[in-house]
Amino acid sequence: MQGPDTRRRLLWIAHYLAVGAYVVVALFPLFWLLKVSVTPNSLLYSEGVRLWPSTMTFAHYVSVIRHTDFPLFFVNSTIVSATTAVLTTLIAAGAGYAFSRFTFRGKFWLVGLMLVTQMFPLVMVIAPIFRLFAPLGLTNSLTGLIVIYTAYNIPFAAFLMQSFFDGIPRELEEAAMIDGATRFGAVRQIVLPLTLPGIAATLGFTFTAAWSELLFALMLNSRQEATTFPVGLLTFVSKFSVDFGEMMAAGVLALIPVCVFFLLIQRHLVTGLTAGAVKG
Amino acid sequence: MKAITIEGATKNFGPVQVLKGIDLAIEPGEFVVLIGPSGCGKSTLLRMIAGLDDLTSGSISIDGRRVNDLAPKDRDIAMVFQSYALYPHMTVRGNMSFSLKLKRTASQAIGRAVANAANLLGIETLIDRKPRELSGGQRQRVAMGRAIVRKPKAFLFDEPLSNLDARLREQMRFEIRKLHRDLGATSVYVTHDQIEAMTMADRIVAMNGGIIQQVGSPLELYDEPANLFVAGFIGSPAMNVLSASCIRTGAGTELRLGASTLAMVERGLDGVSVTLGIRPERVRLATADSGIAAELVLVEPTGLGTVAHLNLGGQLLKLFTTERPRISAGETIYIRVEPDDIRLFDPETGVRI
Ligand SMILES: Nc1ncnc2c1ncn2[C@@H]1O[C@H](COP(=O)(O)OP(=O)(O)OP(=O)(O)O)[C@@H](O)[C@H]1O
Ligand SMILES: [Mg+2]
Repeated sequence: MQGPDTRRRLLWIAHYLAVGAYVVVALFPLFWLLKVSVTPNSLLYSEGVRLWPSTMTFAHYVSVIRHTDFPLFFVNSTIVSATTAVLTTLIAAGAGYAFSRFTFRGKFWLVGLMLVTQMFPLVMVIAPIFRLFAPLGLTNSLTGLIVIYTAYNIPFAAFLMQSFFDGIPRELEEAAMIDGATRFGAVRQIVLPLTLPGIAATLGFTFTAAWSELLFALMLNSRQEATTFPVGLLTFVSKFSVDFGEMMAAGVLALIPVCVFFLLIQRHLVTGLTAGAVKG
Repeated sequence: MKAITIEGATKNFGPVQVLKGIDLAIEPGEFVVLIGPSGCGKSTLLRMIAGLDDLTSGSISIDGRRVNDLAPKDRDIAMVFQSYALYPHMTVRGNMSFSLKLKRTASQAIGRAVANAANLLGIETLIDRKPRELSGGQRQRVAMGRAIVRKPKAFLFDEPLSNLDARLREQMRFEIRKLHRDLGATSVYVTHDQIEAMTMADRIVAMNGGIIQQVGSPLELYDEPANLFVAGFIGSPAMNVLSASCIRTGAGTELRLGASTLAMVERGLDGVSVTLGIRPERVRLATADSGIAAELVLVEPTGLGTVAHLNLGGQLLKLFTTERPRISAGETIYIRVEPDDIRLFDPETGVRI
């Protein structure tokens, strides 16, 4: 029959057009970033709007790496983001597991409180945080950033982890405990391997969140040694001009660690690990 | 010494009491089947024996040792879950050797135990597959295999066959019994399928509403049900339940169903209304002069025999016969029952009189 077949093909085309449009819209800024970063300064305003400059240059990259503090900012950002990701995921995994498996007094209020902390705009808490951190020596330090990022990301990460634990049948742990494992042993040998996608997703989410955070990094740290990359980007904006070429080159460089990080964890970002555990 | 003793066990989930005082002693090597309708607390009782749920009150002992506060891992029991609960990231071999590895058994011994169990269950060829590559029946066998490699003090089964088709279920029923005969381990088997209970059990424990209704051999429960619940739950087609009355006459006290006298009963029942139970296969066809007239509502051939649904003075009655009478709906037929086949129950409490 002609009718349904054509209809299905049209739907299929519409589907891919929609996906394609989304991809273009989402990736176009990234493309522009790359384009500007390789455009010589002389051509930036003289060529009009073009998809690709007539001559390419890596001069911006060289100058960012050689003549600015960006390598330092990178190291700082990497330290802060990686530590935050690991710490947050560890704590969130523990909390998420408890939320998923145990009923305990005050659970309702604890969950509620964690949600409430997510409701306030960051700007509101910056001043109090600064007042708290300054006497503790946590301003102008990477440790301070790690502490605040970890604290701020834990609620969402914990709920994320909880949903992954919820997806693992409780009976698997029970079977392991009957087989002779302690609860901790059951979690380590049975639950953990099955939660790897969840752990990878949480790591990835926290890493990116910390990597691109600007507000706290800007307000808490003013010394160069403790500056992270997003704050560093702002240094290209001077009172009189914006050095777009170098800024974009730094931006492209900043994407690299995130890409590497996601390449490392993407193997685990697949679902379906629990297939076959229970009937079906 | 009893293998498992349960004394006064109760369990509350919040305000709801789901087990209301369970007392049960299980002999070593016995195959006990827990049966009851959905939600009556069978799984909860099994999980308490396993140590997965705490008792609210009462105690449980295994091999004479009180285990209330013992972690599941220290109770030395194996459990087969309804959902199988296979470890999805391990192969069949990994699943089966998991418990032995935890006990730090030597690897040759593990290899031998796994091979033996796989052989017994006919899953040697599946040994290197992951659970997701197995069919339902094969997963069920692996779950069994995981239990038997351990040689535990007791096996607990929670409706292990309920996800299988009828054919496979029949076969596994037989195999589990055979395994039990070969291994001789104490087993507690939960089901809500009365055929499984009848065919597999040494002893059946019938439960309803968190209370044990009757404990006994399959035939005891079938022939002498302690109350209407057991009478109705065990046996298919189910026992007929009719209201009748006991009337004093010159000859003694007669049990009357409508206008027909079925039997003589003891004096004490004068004037009492009773509930009468009789198995469908004990209702027999009779001739017009010696039988009670009943209207035939529906005839169901089952292959093995025939179930006839009758209307007897406004009450429904089933008759089962393995003969193949030439009868059809709408006819009037005649039936008789032997006084010995009649069971009487108190209509209010449902308890056997
Ligand atoms: N964790 C729990 N929290 C609250 N109520 C529960 C919990 N587990 C079981 N129940 C309740 O306890 C009762 C008994 O449950 P149980 O699982 O023992 O039933 P069952 O006899 O095994 O039924 P089925 O044949 O459906 O498996 C049910 O009414 C159930 O709702
Ligand atoms: Mg159950």
